[in-house]
Amino acid sequence: MTTYNDFVIKFANVNGSGSASANGMFAKALFRMGIPVASRNIFPSNIQGLPTWFEVRVSEAEHFGRRNEIDIMVAMNAETFESDVADLRSGGYLLFDSTKGRDPRLARDDIEPVGVPIARLVMGEFQDPKQRQLFKNIVYLGVLTSLLNIDFSVITSMVSTQYKGKDELIQPNIHALEIGRSYAENYLECPLPIQVRHSEKLGDRIFIDGNTAAALGAIYGGATVCAWYPITPSTSMAEAFEQHAKQLRIDNDTSQRKFAIIQAEDELAALGVVIGAGWNGARAFTATSGPGISLMTEFLGLAYFAEIPAVLFDIQRAGPSTGMPTRTQQADLIAAAYASHGDTKHPLLFPATPRECFDFAANAFDYADRLQTPILVMSDLDLGMNETTTEALAWDDARLYDRGKVLSSEELDEVATFGRYLDIDGDGIGYRTLPGTHPSKGAFFTRGTSRDEFATYTEAPEAYTQNMDRLLSKWETARDILPAAEITSQNRRAGIIYYGTSATPMSESLAMLDEQGVELDTMRIRAFPFGAEVIEFIDNHEIVFMVEQNRDAQMKMMMVNELDLLPSSIQSILYYGGMSISADFIAQEVLSYYQVNNIPRIKVIST
Amino acid sequence: MTFVPKPKVRHPLLEFNEIGLTRRDYEGSVSTLCAGCGHDSVSAAITIACNEMSIPPHRFAKLSGIGCSSKTPSYFLGASHGFNSVHGRMPSVATGANLANHELYCIGVSGDGDSASIGVGQFAHIVRRKVNMLYIVDNNGTYGLTKGQFSATNDRGSTSKRGVPNLYSPIDLVSMALQVGASFVARSFSGDKTQLVPLIKAALMHKGFAFIDVISPCVMFNNHNGSTKSYQYVREHTAAMVDAQLITPHEEISVEYAPGTVKEVDMPDGSLLRLRKLSETYDPHDRIGALNHVQRAQEQGDVITGLLYVDPIASDLHEVLETTSTPLNQLVESDLCPGSEALDGVNASFR
Ligand SMILES: Cc1ncc(C[n+]2csc(CCOP(=O)(O)OP(=O)(O)O)c2C)c(N)n1
Ligand code: SF4
Ligand SMILES: [Mg+2]
Repeated sequence: MTTYNDFVIKFANVNGSGSASANGMFAKALFRMGIPVASRNIFPSNIQGLPTWFEVRVSEAEHFGRRNEIDIMVAMNAETFESDVADLRSGGYLLFDSTKGRDPRLARDDIEPVGVPIARLVMGEFQDPKQRQLFKNIVYLGVLTSLLNIDFSVITSMVSTQYKGKDELIQPNIHALEIGRSYAENYLECPLPIQVRHSEKLGDRIFIDGNTAAALGAIYGGATVCAWYPITPSTSMAEAFEQHAKQLRIDNDTSQRKFAIIQAEDELAALGVVIGAGWNGARAFTATSGPGISLMTEFLGLAYFAEIPAVLFDIQRAGPSTGMPTRTQQADLIAAAYASHGDTKHPLLFPATPRECFDFAANAFDYADRLQTPILVMSDLDLGMNETTTEALAWDDARLYDRGKVLSSEELDEVATFGRYLDIDGDGIGYRTLPGTHPSKGAFFTRGTSRDEFATYTEAPEAYTQNMDRLLSKWETARDILPAAEITSQNRRAGIIYYGTSATPMSESLAMLDEQGVELDTMRIRAFPFGAEVIEFIDNHEIVFMVEQNRDAQMKMMMVNELDLLPSSIQSILYYGGMSISADFIAQEVLSYYQVNNIPRIKVIST
Repeated sequence: MTFVPKPKVRHPLLEFNEIGLTRRDYEGSVSTLCAGCGHDSVSAAITIACNEMSIPPHRFAKLSGIGCSSKTPSYFLGASHGFNSVHGRMPSVATGANLANHELYCIGVSGDGDSASIGVGQFAHIVRRKVNMLYIVDNNGTYGLTKGQFSATNDRGSTSKRGVPNLYSPIDLVSMALQVGASFVARSFSGDKTQLVPLIKAALMHKGFAFIDVISPCVMFNNHNGSTKSYQYVREHTAAMVDAQLITPHEEISVEYAPGTVKEVDMPDGSLLRLRKLSETYDPHDRIGALNHVQRAQEQGDVITGLLYVDPIASDLHEVLETTSTPLNQLVESDLCPGSEALDGVNASFR
């Protein structure tokens, strides 16, 4: 039986061997054929010589989560060959280099080996050793076009665009593709029963990673200052900001730049620059990961207490300490939400798709200005660094930035007595002024020390307490402003809560559970502090699951703490191995809870 | 030094400047520092300089870290916004503030603890980045606000008030600033307004990073060796020790001396500070010469004061980054948002 547009292919390579661009081209080619795809780069914290994998999930049904079963393995790394072979599902296909005869380590007889003498093919055609290495990747790409029935013209046109201007590279690349293709057509049974075909499924969707989308969101959201310090997996966001700002933010008349980027000396300085710029009225952000958040905590407390807008992108990776720097996790929630000494808390946003990275990035600058406080956008490595199928980015040209309560010189003229921290509107948010605005009104001293409503230093207990209470009332305002949780409910008995990239496998998990007679209402958390709908959802469900990619159930802790819940009211489903959480895992955990607790299902399942 | 004009004698508080303001309009709130603290003299010098330059007093951004010195931006230019940030991190905050609006005069005030210890990394990097600002370190060779611990600008061998010697090598911020590329580097003494005021004016006029290390005695923790003394001193052991707990008002120490001469100043702790003023023949455009000069003088126990180095055609961070002439904080939606049509193009590039 032939299946179309539904498989997982995994490429096993050595990093630094040029495989990334060939593998990326593979995923993009399928996308260009209109097929929904998601890609995952599983890479080591190393520049050259260690194993690296690239997974592509091809799914007409639009299941984009990681799946444990691999249908096709392209095993190009001798070192990991054995375990790569073991990863294949029974009946899966193994594409390997057969130059040295059939690999003796190939022990399984329940898989389909597809041997191609890749090294020998390349050897005969290319002289330069570096080219030989690079073109091995292109040759297996050529083989795959035949095996999977990929539209060859799509791939060749991609090669032509990729090397535009470097024409001398186009021909050899296409030649390498053809070597692979003609070998497959002459010596292999093509195409396989697992194959692709053109699809109409995509519509106008795009194939993009979350960091690039977030960088574009920052550009559209009006960010002018980016200060950062390199750290995987956030680096590509700052780099994408620079790359796109150079296209989109150049003054037509003068060629001057309407943005400034500082690669700071460390994360402390990066956030310091952001805070200085925010204080002086420019929209500013930093992109970092857990270790950077740790370094930024003192400044986060300052920005909270002094009420300075700032936007931080935390592209989370596996901790603690350096942890697994190239693996994904959702484990910085507590560190981010309550960052800094003293009574502090910060609004968090949890994007789940690249499109949402764009939207939340742009919105974060409005929230920061409105709430005069740091906003942390909690992305992760899986979302930030991997290209996947997502809604096209959209912008309403009528939209104006919400710059919050900033008084102009004319407005200051109307004000009798200016008090920076007066809660005039009852929402906990005072009016601020920018340096240099007015000759005689509105100047005030910003400090991290206690002050009264007129920004005058004081240690009076009442003034301090009043100020801290006002910050709490601002926190209540944040609850209304930030995006509400996304809920699907049919008043079922059980519900499942998730956030960020734990949403990716959820459609598939729910389908698996449905087959097993378990139906769940769902709630996707999009922001902290939680809105009223969150407690309502929990109250309305007898059984509540919460999916998280950390060990300590950090979101649950926050809910227990902030919503005054009994810890037993939420059943945690925790995965923290550093790969992105899979649909199978979530479904299994839910099912085993049902089994252990003898909970009746909707349908009777015969086992 | 032609660009350091001699100040005219005038009644400073009453006389109107070119924009019709008096020195009063450049003052800040009443200082809460110890009476006689050198830092107050620095604030006064800033007040005088800004008044004499007739800059509208609200067109400054004042930034500082944490320390007695870092409190001082409250005590000058009350019509301007100030930001007392966190310990040692003023340089990054100032960088951000300057990026947002290059039209404001940016003044950063820090201490020797703030800039030479906890913030030494940020200090070095703001110098490298050429932020267009006046950066003053009120250098008292001690941690005033935390009550008199050694700071990194103390000379090896100088002793604390308990007689404990400093065992570590000093950091000289002037040498460091010269080394990592400051385009204006000066040293002065808080009590020498004749020298300090013109230096502040020249620094504010300078485009690029201007650094002034101001030796500014801490009268409170005066029975140990502060950095002012530890650079050069001839110690006299006869002076009376003042109990740190006993807050006695001190007279502000002021000195006046001619270029090319040496002035010995009695410090509150009884030590002697030898200030050597640069002679009129000194060439302030030679960076390596300046470095040598500073270090040779240090070896002799002298603290060189005056304008040590200036690059009159220096550039600043905004030039390096090629940012718009309109300050970034004044750009609006039409400047910043590329719009939906451009986004269509962006989307197309991801298909
Ligand atoms: C992170 C942090 N560590 C320590 C302190 C305590 N502290 C406050 S001021 C200061 C030293 C200030 O010395 P200096 O910068 O020389 O200023 P001075 O008071 O001498 O003018 C210290 C250590 C702090 N505020 N923050
Ligand atoms: S302790 Fe020293 S530095 Fe601080 S205010 Fe008093 S005299 Fe000045
Ligand atoms: Mg000091």
